[in-house]
Amino acid sequence: MSLASNTARSTSNTKEPVPDIETFHGSSLELKNLTMAYGDVEVLRNVSLNVAPGTTTCIIGPSGSGKSTLLRGVNRLHEPKSGDVLLAGESALQVKPDLLRSRIGMVFQHFNLFPDHTALENVALALWSVKGMPKAEARERARRRLAEVGLAERADHRPRDLSGGQQQRVAIARALAMEPEVMLFDEATSALDPELVKGVLNLMAGLGRRGMTMLVVTHEMGFARKVADQVVFMDEGEVVESGTPADLFDNPQSERLQRFLSEVL
Amino acid sequence: MDWLSTITRTFFDFGAMAEVLPQLLGVGLLNTLIISVAATIIGVALGMVVAVMGISPSRWLRVPARIYTDLFRGLPAILTILLIGQGFARFSQSIFGPSPYPLGIIALSLIASAYIGEIFRAGIQSVDKGQGEACRALGMSYAKSMALVVVPQGVRRVLPALVNQFIAIVKDSSLVYFLGLLVTERELFRVGQDAAVLSGNLSPLVMAGIFYLLITVPLTHLVNYFDNRFRTGRRRPAAPSSGLKEVKELAAASPLTTGSNT
Repeated sequence: MSLASNTARSTSNTKEPVPDIETFHGSSLELKNLTMAYGDVEVLRNVSLNVAPGTTTCIIGPSGSGKSTLLRGVNRLHEPKSGDVLLAGESALQVKPDLLRSRIGMVFQHFNLFPDHTALENVALALWSVKGMPKAEARERARRRLAEVGLAERADHRPRDLSGGQQQRVAIARALAMEPEVMLFDEATSALDPELVKGVLNLMAGLGRRGMTMLVVTHEMGFARKVADQVVFMDEGEVVESGTPADLFDNPQSERLQRFLSEVL
Repeated sequence: MDWLSTITRTFFDFGAMAEVLPQLLGVGLLNTLIISVAATIIGVALGMVVAVMGISPSRWLRVPARIYTDLFRGLPAILTILLIGQGFARFSQSIFGPSPYPLGIIALSLIASAYIGEIFRAGIQSVDKGQGEACRALGMSYAKSMALVVVPQGVRRVLPALVNQFIAIVKDSSLVYFLGLLVTERELFRVGQDAAVLSGNLSPLVMAGIFYLLITVPLTHLVNYFDNRFRTGRRRPAAPSSGLKEVKELAAASPLTTGSNT
């Protein structure tokens, strides 16, 4: 029922069929020598990363290591300085940013829900305004997505009337409704009350099981260990170490990762 | 008590007040409201354009907006009204006829739009950056994210400031009289002023002042009401509920979270 029962992630490519639930068709994601800068300061240097379709990659590392910047480079909320991002094998830098972003879902630490819209409108907004779906159809799909994250009864609530966990689930539903090929999570549970963290993490793990390609920046080491197919440790704008959860957590090679793990575990 | 009766006669001559009342109501109040409301509507429309230009990523939109704002905010209203009212008189004559009334409204609108543009800009910029980012991350264009999410939030926040601006416009509308209005076009101040000159008594002006206060004072209080309402918003009144309840709700309702191995 929970994360603990899902430890057998080594079998991730032979996904167990989930009855009555639609599966996703995640695309592959590849970063090639991605370098990103704010002004003259390079915050990400030569990061290369390969995320196979339908797998989950967790990015861990101390604050200021460039994890969030990396996510923002993938959907070009911040334009990379050099290098390339390949979505389903094609360069993301050659696509129009708006089109690219409609194919990549993103979930933020502080939810960023639209406060003057209800939960339902939050989910439906991009469906009609970006996908051009008729409003009634958009609302219908939004309702289904909300039901999937357990919020069918709260569809008409505004964000301020929802708890942090509920808000984050609306945000996930909002991103999922666009039928993205890849989901980016930027510390999605860092702002949540402790008792609500697990629910959101379970939801994310469920997406992974259903075939979504996910890039997850997280401080939840338990989640990374149990759910990730690949864990990437970053520090000072570089990938220091990457591999399976077992590799990194049980047998860290670099001194920096050893130090980091000794602080957080 | 000689001074008291002098004051009463000068300021509160009820006969003179009653005499000017029909004109204040029928001509003055009407024109003041027409001028103010028209200038506000045009000012809001122009102000929105100036605000959106002012926060545009493009310098070619930002700089003109900045200059426009500095110009009309920096000049005394009376100077702008005179320059525009007289400077464009010939131009206006071919469109609106000889009356300077439309030009007065336009001049007031330009002044108002500079202030309202700044109000809108501040409001829009106070919207959390994450709002725009969330829109962009969903694939919305800059224009759509502004129009559908960011600007409405910003505008809602500055409604009280807009009401204040309307109050300022109501008061500034008295300056239009400098352009020389026809008898039927006179606003509150001019009606009061004319009557005061005729009767040699300031009471009609006091009466005009009372009319201004009747417009502005209720609005100031409306602002406070708005301010409270928009700051707190409508809330569903709810007792604090345990986070554990939500854990249960999630487990019960969601097919996603109930693991695959059940």
